[in-house]
Formats: sequence, structure tokens, C-alpha cells
Amino acid sequence: MHCVCCIKQVPNTADVKIDPETNTLIRSGVESISNPFDLVALEAAIQLKEKHGGRVTVISMGPPQAESCLREAFALGADAIILLSDRAFAGADTLATSYTLAKAIEEIARKKPVDLIVCGKQAIDGDTAQTGPGIATRLGYTQFTYVTEVQDLDKAKKQIQVKRKVEGGIELIRGPLPALLTFELEAAKPRRATLPLLIASLRAKVTVWDAQAIKAEPTMIGLKGSPTWVKRIFGPPAREGGPRFDAQKDPKLAVTQGVDALLADEQFAAQFLKGWK
Amino acid sequence: MDNYKGVLVFGEIGDGKLTPITIELLGVGRKLADDLGEELSILLVGSKAGALAQEAIACGADNVYIAEDSLLDAYNSDAYTQTAANLCKKVLPSIMLFGHTDLGCDLSPRLNGRLGGGLSMECMTLSIDSATKALIATRPVFGGNAHATMMSKSARPQMATVRAKVFAPAERADGRQGKVIPVEDKLDASALKVKVVEKIKEQVEGVKLEDAEVVVSGGRGMGSAQEFTKLRELANVLGGAVGATRVACDEGWAAATLQVGQSGKVVSPKLYIAIGLSGAMAHIAGCLGSKYIVAINKDKEANIFNVAHFGIVGDWKEILPPLTAKFKELLSK
Repeated sequence: MHCVCCIKQVPNTADVKIDPETNTLIRSGVESISNPFDLVALEAAIQLKEKHGGRVTVISMGPPQAESCLREAFALGADAIILLSDRAFAGADTLATSYTLAKAIEEIARKKPVDLIVCGKQAIDGDTAQTGPGIATRLGYTQFTYVTEVQDLDKAKKQIQVKRKVEGGIELIRGPLPALLTFELEAAKPRRATLPLLIASLRAKVTVWDAQAIKAEPTMIGLKGSPTWVKRIFGPPAREGGPRFDAQKDPKLAVTQGVDALLADEQFAAQFLKGWK
Repeated sequence: MDNYKGVLVFGEIGDGKLTPITIELLGVGRKLADDLGEELSILLVGSKAGALAQEAIACGADNVYIAEDSLLDAYNSDAYTQTAANLCKKVLPSIMLFGHTDLGCDLSPRLNGRLGGGLSMECMTLSIDSATKALIATRPVFGGNAHATMMSKSARPQMATVRAKVFAPAERADGRQGKVIPVEDKLDASALKVKVVEKIKEQVEGVKLEDAEVVVSGGRGMGSAQEFTKLRELANVLGGAVGATRVACDEGWAAATLQVGQSGKVVSPKLYIAIGLSGAMAHIAGCLGSKYIVAINKDKEANIFNVAHFGIVGDWKEILPPLTAKFKELLSK
């Protein structure tokens, strides 16, 4: 089993603020973390390795500092870590990103065939959920999105069965390898690194590949290869919140005040009292 | 890019009807098509698709493409991608719209990978740039902490998935005229790799979270699984659904399917009652579209009060019983 896991370094979104004057991202002081969804995918990959044997290769596209995510992945059990870093990759949207990652995976597969690619369902910065399916379709891998559990992996028959979330329930689906899986958060709980691995990760070799190394077409990567552009980024409209009623002395009174305020909107009140009919 | 014209909606069918998001897509699609001075088309797939063609026309479609094939009855990544990609290559739409549903999120990036062009996810506003006739789309990024306005360069089609309940449903008019066009290409069954082994329906107590007009959500402040169940009574009185924060789900107080927020479900009910939850941005991103948000929290500085239309400051244990009683009394009249 050879599994490739794609990881993205993202700003910890809980801290991201938009400068209301310039409408740009305030980056200073914002911590960089591995996308939490990707860490779940990595954990799933490592569990598969523990069960079925094989290797886990982790790749990340980003600036040189994204190396820290790869070392973290090594500490968690990855066997090889590759950073895709090149000025020409900068400014990539999801289409250019999935092309770049797909080219890197092709390169990896030339040396050792890949059975499985695992990704998080989405990254917490862009929230697009496009990159995984984009890679699958480029490489012609079977696509399984929103996976909550890998139920069966038949190495001999080259088949995989997963449980995935769909609207109104869950679905058990089966298909051939090689496959690409994108994971939901509940699929696995990322482990903690052991001390020996943590120490080893500091010395682990990070392979760095540029555009040439993955034989990427210059017109398909970075800004040039990106059909979309962000015209403007802005903070959500500031909301101040409405009246607050203090229930500490008299809860009943506060409840009456709150409900009266809500039902002061006559149209809303009429619908509400009729049960929205 | 001048060959690409009009707006194409990928229609979803549920229980033999166009789903609510499909009717919303026809509504916003009609407006975009009119602004472009071009046509609105919809693709409907599955063996029952033909029966809905007139309904789609009544909702504003100029052209209805029907791919009637039993292989398309249930969603299949490969089959749907093949069908939609073939049609796009023939019709050459300038804009293609999907619902931001499980189906839309699985299909659109796949299609985008095949066809190129730009794709913006979970859009909340869509308009046409008057100078370039390009699509302008606004979508939440960074877990709802910011919004980004996206545009496509020259590549077409410009694709977008659209968040549910953001756009008004299409206005229905029975006399409308439109063309029904069968899709002739037959699916290559050998190219369909994935098979559905089993489908398990989610057991929902009461109303589905996504469909509910009232959602009663709880967070860390509920304190325990047992206390959390008290939200159910209020939800039942209001004919609503129970929601939860990430913490409440992680603690096992509520099923993961009830999580509201960036990594859970996005809901837009008429009334959202947030109890014992502080209002982390990632949670708020999932409920900001609600018509009214009412917050109950003992910390008067809690962020949830900044987005709530009305707040009650105090211990929920003292507020929930009179609140439930009050609503019960009002609704029994």
C-alpha cells in the first residue's frame, strides 16, 4: 500500500481579522497550523499503513516555511515528506493547485505506484473543498468525498469500500483502486507524536521539488494557471447585536421582554404563531 | 470565450420534485441570464427527469436538457460528471450553477477539473459585471471571518455553487414557454467505477436540521449530555430541530450530524435560538443567515450577543423553563 497524503499549511482562522480600512488580511501574529481536516486524513492513512503495511508519503505545496507541517507529519508517522515550493507556484487558485499536486503525485508514482491519495474534506482558510476532487479527476482516480470510515481495503482485488456522509444519511460505496479519499473530521482522531519520532522529525530529510522537478507546464501553475482571481476581500458586515435583557434578577420578566421584542415584527409573529404555514 | 453563452443550472431532484435549492438556482439564474441578455437552461437527469421539464420552464428555464437514464437515478460521481461534461462541451454555457449540496460539492470540482474555468464555492451573492459581462461572486472565506469577491479571467464556463436559502425561489408562471431537449449521448457504463453498496437513512427525531424553520442550538454551557436533552423540549414546542456546536458534538452530547457551523451544517431558519454557546466564528458562520437569532448566555460579553437580534443574559437553567412555557402558551392559542 502506498498512500499519498496532501497537507496544506493554513492560518489558524479563528484568529484571522480583516483590516476594515484596507480590506486586507492582517497576517501578523496569526499562527500557521496544518489544516485540521488534513491531519485527520493523515491519521487515517497511518492507520491503514498499520493495518495493511506500506508507506505514507506526505506532500505540501507552499512557501519554505510550510516545511514545519511536513515535519509534523513525519513525527506523526509519515515515511517521506516532500515540499512543493517554487515562486512560480505562488498565487495558485484551486485549479492550479490541484494540477500542481497531481503532477507531483505522478512523479511520486513513477518511482512507486500510488494506491491511495488522502486529503481533508476542505481547508479551513479557503473552505473550497475543490482540491481533492480536482486531483482525482486529473489523475483518473476513483473519487470518494466526505469519507467517515474506510470499511474495507482489499489489496488483492484492488478494491476499497468506504462509509461517506450524504444528505439525509450515510452511504456505503465501493470502487477500484487507485482512489482518492477526502475525509470528514469525525473519521479519525489525530494521534500525538511520540518523543523518538518527534526528535527524528527535526532531522528528517525534506525533499523539495520545484516546477521543473514535477514537469509542470508553466502556463498551468501559479497565477498564470489560475482562472479565478480574488477581486476584493472584506470583513463581514459589522453587527452590534440587539437589545439584551437581564435575567439575573427576574428570569420570567426577561423572557417576556425577549419574546415580546421578537414578536414585535408583526409579519414574523403571524407566521410564527401559525406554525410557518 | 465569446462562444460561451447563457446560464446552465444543474438541477437536483428529490422525492420526484425539483429540490428547493434548484428552484432558488432558477431564480438567481434567470436574473443573471436577463442581465446578460442570454438564455437560462437547466440539466435534469434520471429516469423521471422528463416529468419535471414543464415545472422547470414554469420556474424560468428557457431550455430544459433531459438526460433520462436509469444509471443517473442515484448520484454517481463518474456518471454525473460524464453527463454534465458532455453537455457543457455542446452547450458552452458562460455560467454554470450548482447547489452547495453534497452533490454539488462532489460534482462541481470534478467537472471543473475536466473543463477548466473558474469555480467559486458557497456563493452568497452573484451578479454580472456590466463592463466585461463576467460573473462576480461573493463567498465566505476563513471560516466566515471574511468574504471574498471572486471573478474569472477569460476561461469559461464560470462555475459557482450557491448556498441554500440565500436567494429567493424562482417566481412560478405556468404560461411560460421553453424548449425540452433530450440529451442523446448514452453513458458509457464501463466508465462508472463506484458502486453504492448500501444507503442508510439518517434517523431524524422531528424535523431535519437543514429544513427546520426554528433551530434550538446548545454548546459547552449546557454542561452534560443529560442537560443537552432539555433543548429537545423547546424544539418540539416550536416544531423545530436541535443543533449543536462542535464542542457539544465532540463531547458526545449531540450526534455529529447536528453540528452547525463551518465544519458542520449551514442553516438559515427563521429563528435560531443559541443557548449556552459563546459564538465562535466557526459556529456563527453556520447560522448567520437566520432571520432572527436569539442568544441566551450568562456571559454578557459572549460574542454570540454581537450577532444576536435579541439576547437574554443569565443562566439558561433559569431561562429555558419559562421560555418553553411562554412559547407553549403562545402557540396553544
